[in-house]
Amino acid sequence: MATLVRLQARSKFVAQQYYFRNSVVDIFRKKEYDAAVKIQSWFRGCQVRAYIRNLHRVATIIQKWWRSYSGRQEYQLIVKFASCAMKMNLYNAMAVRIQRRWRGYRIRKYCFNYFYLKEYLKAVSETNDAIREALEEFAEMKEREEKKADLEREEKKRDYQARKTHYLLSTKQIPGIYNSPFRKDPDPWELRLQKAKPLTYQRSKVKQKRCISLSSWLACTSARSFPRSEILPPIDRKQCQGPFRDITEVLEQRYKPLEPTLWVAEPISELKVAREEFRRQEWMRDVNDNMISKLYYHHLISSQSTENYIQKLDKLSKVTFIFPGRRVPLRI
Amino acid sequence: MSQRQVLQVFEQYQKARTQFVQMVAELATRPQNIETLQNAGVMSLLRPLLLDVVPTIQQTAALALGRLANYNDDLAEAVVKGDILPQLVYSLAEQNRFYKKAAAFVLRAVGKHSPQLAQAIVDCGALDTLVICLEDFDPGVKEAAAWALGYIARHNAELSQAVVDAGAVPLLVLCIQEPEIALKRIAASALSDISKHSPELAQTVVDAGAIAHLAQMILNPDSKLKRQVLSALSQIAKHSVDLAEMVVEAEIFPVVLTCLKDKDEYVKKNASTLIREIAKHTPELSQLIVNAGGVAAVIDCIGSCKGNIRLPGIMMLGYVAAHSENLAMAVIISKGVPQLSVCLSEEPEDHIKAAAAWALGQIGRHTPEHARAVAVTNTLPVLLSLYMSTESSEDLQVKSKKAIKSILQKCTYLPALEPFLYDAPPNILKHVVGQFSKVLFPWIFRYTSAESGQLSTTYSLSKVLFSYSNSQWSIYE
Repeated sequence: MATLVRLQARSKFVAQQYYFRNSVVDIFRKKEYDAAVKIQSWFRGCQVRAYIRNLHRVATIIQKWWRSYSGRQEYQLIVKFASCAMKMNLYNAMAVRIQRRWRGYRIRKYCFNYFYLKEYLKAVSETNDAIREALEEFAEMKEREEKKADLEREEKKRDYQARKTHYLLSTKQIPGIYNSPFRKDPDPWELRLQKAKPLTYQRSKVKQKRCISLSSWLACTSARSFPRSEILPPIDRKQCQGPFRDITEVLEQRYKPLEPTLWVAEPISELKVAREEFRRQEWMRDVNDNMISKLYYHHLISSQSTENYIQKLDKLSKVTFIFPGRRVPLRI
Repeated sequence: MSQRQVLQVFEQYQKARTQFVQMVAELATRPQNIETLQNAGVMSLLRPLLLDVVPTIQQTAALALGRLANYNDDLAEAVVKGDILPQLVYSLAEQNRFYKKAAAFVLRAVGKHSPQLAQAIVDCGALDTLVICLEDFDPGVKEAAAWALGYIARHNAELSQAVVDAGAVPLLVLCIQEPEIALKRIAASALSDISKHSPELAQTVVDAGAIAHLAQMILNPDSKLKRQVLSALSQIAKHSVDLAEMVVEAEIFPVVLTCLKDKDEYVKKNASTLIREIAKHTPELSQLIVNAGGVAAVIDCIGSCKGNIRLPGIMMLGYVAAHSENLAMAVIISKGVPQLSVCLSEEPEDHIKAAAAWALGQIGRHTPEHARAVAVTNTLPVLLSLYMSTESSEDLQVKSKKAIKSILQKCTYLPALEPFLYDAPPNILKHVVGQFSKVLFPWIFRYTSAESGQLSTTYSLSKVLFSYSNSQWSIYE
């Protein structure tokens, strides 16, 4: 019974203790539960992570291998293309070199030669300079000639003037107007007058021959522009033949001395004429001559040339009998 | 009455006639008297005197008629209507040399006024008699006949053909060889008038062997003769390449260049006309002229004259430069461009300016080098001002516009193009912009970095410029 009471006194305590121990355990239960959960979750996490790590490692290995493989493929392609491209570039470069040389050669030889053009242009400019110089010289020469001609004309005019006014020359008695005694030296005109020859009237008339050009003739308005005579021609004169030439020309023509050619100079009947001539001479002489002089004459003749001799002989043979006034030819 | 008294009456009458006709001839030299003479009916009085017995009266009457007809064409028509010409032509064949001279003078005076009067002279058969006069031994008669023939042939091709058909050309070529200078002048002038109308007539003249003699006479010191000879050669050479080559074969170069330095202005003008007519046919002929140094001589000649005398020289430079770019370069190195721009600025007449503008355009249109040579002398602003000015004639505006366009299309010399950006009208501006884009695009490309963004903007900018200029072109063209 004591135990019972003790137990009953403790029962409440036990009940309390039982309750507190259970409730305390509840608290701890939660804590323990949470802890267990934490531990388990951590562990599980570690597990999974390890697993995933493994997976990653494996996937990396696979990918690594795969990527290296495909990269190598690509790399080979690239290398292939690059080598092709390099080769093509090389061929292109070679072709460009060849074409460049060929095109340059072709243009220079067949179409256009730059250096020749340059030379040509240089030659053209040199020719231009030469021509310019030559033309300058030519123009200068012309100028000089003109000046010279002007000076000469002036000189001629002054000379003519001096010749016309020759009478103004100073004499021993009277000093001329250009040689005034109050001057130191005579005027240059004085010297010119001394040098000039006096002008005669006749010569001046001949010098003023009018030049015959059409325009001057037509513009000339004086009534003398036609060749006129002092008196009018008579009304009943018949028309003169031919054109009116200068009278001096006409007289020259009319009274020109005969200048025959050699062929004309010798007459064709020269022989006959010579014989006649001789016969006449003979007849003239024979009036007074006697036989002896004839023989002498014959001797003289025979000493001349053979032809003459033959001629004369021929003539002589024809003359044997001489009757005054008549000749009887004797045939041999 | 005694015979002497009867004859005295006749002598008085003759004296009166002579005096009348000589006074009329003298009065007819002054223009103020001619109206009075015409009103007094001088034609009808002179006509019977042409048939007078006394030769002097005939000659003086013919001279008076010639002077009257020379004055104006009414009187010349009166001469034709008065049936004087057949009588003149008839007596031309028979009379002495003074009468022939006077009658040929009348024919010349009548024939010079108009083609109808010249045709009237041809119709009354004067050509044959004139050609017979060309064979006369007196040089004065030949001169008068050649003068008349030249004036008749001057008007048109049919009259020239009639003169040629009458057989005048060989006789004219003979006349050229005569020693008298006046006769040579007139014969050369007549040949020039004949050959200027058509190639066939020029060929007839060449076939008669005129070129050799004309070429020899270039060396003659007489200026008027040189004028006519050079004119004749240029009329022959202008028609075709063959004729021009024949003229060149007569070895006129370089002798003709000395004529460019002559004192007489018209000799210079005719010489440059001759060179122009030769240069315009083919590049080979132009090359020949350039090789002989002709371009320099012509440029000097242009520099030494003023006005219309310069015009053939300017045109010659244009023709030479137009054939090929080498010849244009030859003109440039002979210092032609400064001379042409001087002409362009200082000449008052529009047609000479137009010719200078055309010549500059021909020089500058070939390559950028040529355009640069033209642009450097600052002619482009002058050309632009001529194009824009309202006072310039139509021809000048058209030619300066063409010149500007053709030079701008090749010009890459930017300092000369800059002024154009400010004051050019739109149709010229598009060319300027186009040229700028052509020049600047490679520069832009080079000097911007190769980053894609900047590159694309510069590229697109240039594209815009290009397309703008091209589109404007299409719109305005």
